[in-house]
Amino acid sequence: MTLVRTTFGRRAFIKRVGLASGGLMIGFSWLAACKDATPEEVVMMPDEWFEMNGFLKIGDNGMVTIMSPNPEIGQNVKTSMPMIVAEELDTDWDNVIVEQAPLNTELYTRQLAGGSQSIRQGWEGLRMAGATARHMLKEAAANLWQVPVAEITTAAGILTHQASGNTAHYGEMASAAAMLEVPEEVEMKDSKDFSIIGTSRKNVDGKKIVTGKPLFGLDTYKEGMLVAMIVHPPAFGMRFKSMDADSVKNMPGIKDVFTIDTYTDGTRKSFADIATFNKKVAIVGETTWQVMQAKKALAVTWEDSPDDSFEIDMFGRIMKTEYPSGKESSQSHALKMAEIGSKKGNVVRKDGNVDKAFKKAAKVLERSYSCPFLAHNTMEPMNFYANVTSDHAELIGPVQTPEFMEQSVAARLGLTLEQVDIQMTRMGGGFGRRLYGHFLTEAAVISQTMQKPIKLVYTREDDMTFGNYRPSYYVTYKAGLDENNQLIAFQVRAGGIPESPLFANRFPAGAVENYQAEEFTIKSNVSVGAWRAPRSNFIAGAEQSFLDELAELAEKDPIDFRLELFDKAIKKPVGENNDYEAERYAGVLKLVREKSGWGKTREGVHRGVAAYYCHNSYVAQVLDIVKKNGVPKIENVCSAVDCGIVVNPDAAANMVEGGVVDGIGHAMYSSVTFNDGEPQQRNFDSYRLIRHSEAPRKQEVHFVKNDIDPTGLGEPPLPPVMGALANALYKANGKRYYHQPFMSNKPLLG
Amino acid sequence: MATYELKINGNTHSVDVDPSTPILWVLRDHLQLVGTKFGCGISQCGACTIHVEGSATRSCQIPVSSIGNKKITTIEGLSKNGDHPVQQAWLEHDVPQCGYCQAGQIMTAAALLDSNPNPTDEDIEATMSGNICRCGTYTRIKAAIKTAAKSGSLS
Repeated sequence: MTLVRTTFGRRAFIKRVGLASGGLMIGFSWLAACKDATPEEVVMMPDEWFEMNGFLKIGDNGMVTIMSPNPEIGQNVKTSMPMIVAEELDTDWDNVIVEQAPLNTELYTRQLAGGSQSIRQGWEGLRMAGATARHMLKEAAANLWQVPVAEITTAAGILTHQASGNTAHYGEMASAAAMLEVPEEVEMKDSKDFSIIGTSRKNVDGKKIVTGKPLFGLDTYKEGMLVAMIVHPPAFGMRFKSMDADSVKNMPGIKDVFTIDTYTDGTRKSFADIATFNKKVAIVGETTWQVMQAKKALAVTWEDSPDDSFEIDMFGRIMKTEYPSGKESSQSHALKMAEIGSKKGNVVRKDGNVDKAFKKAAKVLERSYSCPFLAHNTMEPMNFYANVTSDHAELIGPVQTPEFMEQSVAARLGLTLEQVDIQMTRMGGGFGRRLYGHFLTEAAVISQTMQKPIKLVYTREDDMTFGNYRPSYYVTYKAGLDENNQLIAFQVRAGGIPESPLFANRFPAGAVENYQAEEFTIKSNVSVGAWRAPRSNFIAGAEQSFLDELAELAEKDPIDFRLELFDKAIKKPVGENNDYEAERYAGVLKLVREKSGWGKTREGVHRGVAAYYCHNSYVAQVLDIVKKNGVPKIENVCSAVDCGIVVNPDAAANMVEGGVVDGIGHAMYSSVTFNDGEPQQRNFDSYRLIRHSEAPRKQEVHFVKNDIDPTGLGEPPLPPVMGALANALYKANGKRYYHQPFMSNKPLLG
Repeated sequence: MATYELKINGNTHSVDVDPSTPILWVLRDHLQLVGTKFGCGISQCGACTIHVEGSATRSCQIPVSSIGNKKITTIEGLSKNGDHPVQQAWLEHDVPQCGYCQAGQIMTAAALLDSNPNPTDEDIEATMSGNICRCGTYTRIKAAIKTAAKSGSLS
């Protein structure tokens, strides 16, 4: 047991006692989720609920409701976060009902989906919430039974005092427990005593998903609701000039057509507000199809926009992003990157002297890699429901940053924070796209203008051509080997439009005596944003491809080559601030080597390996390609992962498998290109996402077992697989792949 | 505007809509059957897959005027209690991540197994390639389809 002071979120534990809500809990219980559910099997709800703290309430019959505080984007936090509470509460998971918590910055910290941080940063608070409630239940039982609280044990929702033979279920003590003072410190379990954490539990929304229940923002329908759509400029570097609104106002079902300013001058904006195309056209009508027809028919005139900029408040620091005027093209982007990338960049880290070392080197390898802009393409397009009145805003929908958007939308509408109510729905994907909640603000402004409830719906084209893309990156690596094939110099020069993908302190920094990291940036008016594993989603694949080629030049096995470097970083690390633990890094490589049977050659199987560390987790992968009629096919991907304690193993494996497919797909097929500022891909006919036939036939996922507090999984499995893919393709095709997407014209994977 | 009598999930629904309205939007906007999803609007992603006379069909491209008396099944009507073998297999393998595309995936898979109760890997890949999953659950989808095929309870 670990004794922890309950200082964290102390205000969160101010209780409202004996909250009676018997019978108010409507609908389907997750209990029936994994069975053949019939209505009769829906469990009996308690007559009364007792709120122990903001995270959980206990019913008089022993049922427990656990609030899942964070937005659910498919990372499965709606199941795994409550599992952590249930563990420390020591209740039976079968008696738990999960609810999406409301947005409440008083009760919860960091209600945000991003950076693979929900579990990592929620870990302590969730455990404390469960442990605190368990302690109070024990205290209530001790008071009633007149025995020392230390003698009371708990298991699966039952309190027991062995000496006296007293037992009670949690529901029997809930009323008394809820009256007690919150303890100043509580005991938390040792990880060896976990009975829920570390066991696989099904997605609490699983049954609703497979039966098509309304779960997503786009499924919101309310009485009297109208449908709204936007029209934004067709190209970056353009803005609204005029329109002939009258031409569509008389179309069937159309209620109004007008322009909106998403943001007004002087409104404080956070990173969550980043978006281009501030002025756009709003079309409001009765049904989606009617509005779509008017959107097609509406004639809008656009004009070139002047130089522009967007100021955001980044946690107290004002940051300005400049959007130069002009209509850009992918061709000019590529030329600029190659040109600027060939010159010395801004030196961010320097160990030893690379220039001298390169002169001494027996072999030198230099290679450049690049990747295009990418759209997020969440399967559920952007949308939000808004009902804004003079003193209230009801906002329902999918957003990864509700805390931030609450502030900016309140300011935009001229309402107080208390007057704004944002309700989180399950999201049809996030991947970073819904960190930028401009669509929420647009919906609110349209509703305020119409003085009616509306649901804003983006078409796929609206979303794919809107921006907030993964930036386009470029990197050149240069390495020198001495006559013994030891790596003596390593230089990385990374840049991009408009940001650099460089992580100067990541591997192989710390493992090479002479190391230099440089970066450069190129301004652009194409808006960018965080896209699953920002920056790592390119640089990992590039770096791991380069190391593969370097190992070949050094005439070493690619895993051995990396392990030698990690050995150096463990025994005698070079420089400071190395942003990784070399032993854990080496650990996943060793695990993947063992599990994949690396080193054994199999006829016709071409293997590539890669490893990377990002978002606090370590992942190594071995990807196998076989050729069928000359066409490469991914037969298997074996992943080894160190993310500390694994809360929900099967769901975690699912996350890894998904990251693998997503990484392969984007490295292989996807890009957004520009001509005269106009995105050339508008929908899935021209923007390629990976499909079933191109995905790996099989996947294996192995987790390193340790007692380290858990870290995230939403992002880390994606970046390295791009390298493993490139390296396996090299083995299969005898050709190195430097520029994404690897597939140019003809299909590469069958 | 015109009135249509639609046979959906064993019931008849009367709707008064523009003849060009795709079935997808009739289901979602007019009948609040929102299990059928909007993903691309050009029949490229499969999120809107329904069954028309038992065949997997992209509802975003079918105008209501073209449907006539044909029987429509949506995810809500695939089984009475959400226990179609494909739905059960999806739960057993805990397939969904975000879950948005899964109704479409399930409808395509159910139609596949209906016509081909023992599909090979290649059959599954060929049929399912019209349904995009950005979360990347393809590996589990394939496993779930095989489990459903093995369950032997497909009608």
